[in-house]
Amino acid sequence: MAPGRSAATDVTSLRMLRKARDRIDRDHREEIGIASLASDAGYSREHFIRAFRAAYGETPGRYRTRRRVERARDLLRSANLTVTEICYLVGFSSVGTFSSRFSELTGMSPTRYRAEAAARGGPAPIPGCFALMWETGLPATPATPAGQDRTCGEARDAGAGVPSGA
Amino acid sequence: MINGISIVSVWVLDQDSAREFYTEKLGFELTNDIKLDNGMRWLTVRPPGNAGQEFLLMDPSHSMLDEQTAAAVRGLVAKGALSPGVIATSDCRGDYEALVKRGVEFSQPPAERPYGVEAILRDDSGNWFSFTQRAG
Repeated sequence: MAPGRSAATDVTSLRMLRKARDRIDRDHREEIGIASLASDAGYSREHFIRAFRAAYGETPGRYRTRRRVERARDLLRSANLTVTEICYLVGFSSVGTFSSRFSELTGMSPTRYRAEAAARGGPAPIPGCFALMWETGLPATPATPAGQDRTCGEARDAGAGVPSGA
Repeated sequence: MINGISIVSVWVLDQDSAREFYTEKLGFELTNDIKLDNGMRWLTVRPPGNAGQEFLLMDPSHSMLDEQTAAAVRGLVAKGALSPGVIATSDCRGDYEALVKRGVEFSQPPAERPYGVEAILRDDSGNWFSFTQRAG
């Protein structure tokens, strides 16, 4: 059980976790099962979720949700697509879930976010990856424990300093 | 007058593997591979087309770092937390295709950005680089 037990020095495990995390980054539009990520990394599902959270401060499901929302923000700022199109494009399967996750993480609905981004003018000339690291970077402390093993990232710990907009 | 960075330090987990990755997969030129008296291996490579800049591929365990700090750095590299910087390319999409064929991992494929075309590349240790073709 001991989460965080010398996790910082276990290079082999961290490497496997990072590969799983990269797969979420790469394929977040796909419905990647947490179980398949876990077995590819050589873990049981439960162990994988625990180890991922120990290393990155949140569950893989929640990380995936945040990446999807981040991509949605990007598209809302720059792409000429409807909110519904963007919802499916970034990997959500229902507009209701998309809107509520988006609002939890961003503090406003997708529609309002787009309107405010347009009012502010064009995007900042900062490489997207750096903005992304700011937003989805590595929290110093693991997020709240317990029961966070849903694949679609139940966002009970959304209060953990989620910035809105970059 | 200051005129740029001549050596970029990159922490790597295994210098043999890093040497192979940077030279054979990324196509860099090997510029130095010297064992120093203090046990440090001075391993440098250079991106093709830029004679004025080298990457120093350093092993934290054989560096100026104490053992505990080296272990922490290794952990940070392995988990993917560190980025040495932005690699510039004149053809992000073309290079991406070629590099993927050679087995280079990207965590993000090329995408249009306000400043150009950008992908996110991982080295064999876990360092990430923005891989960017500047607009204009």
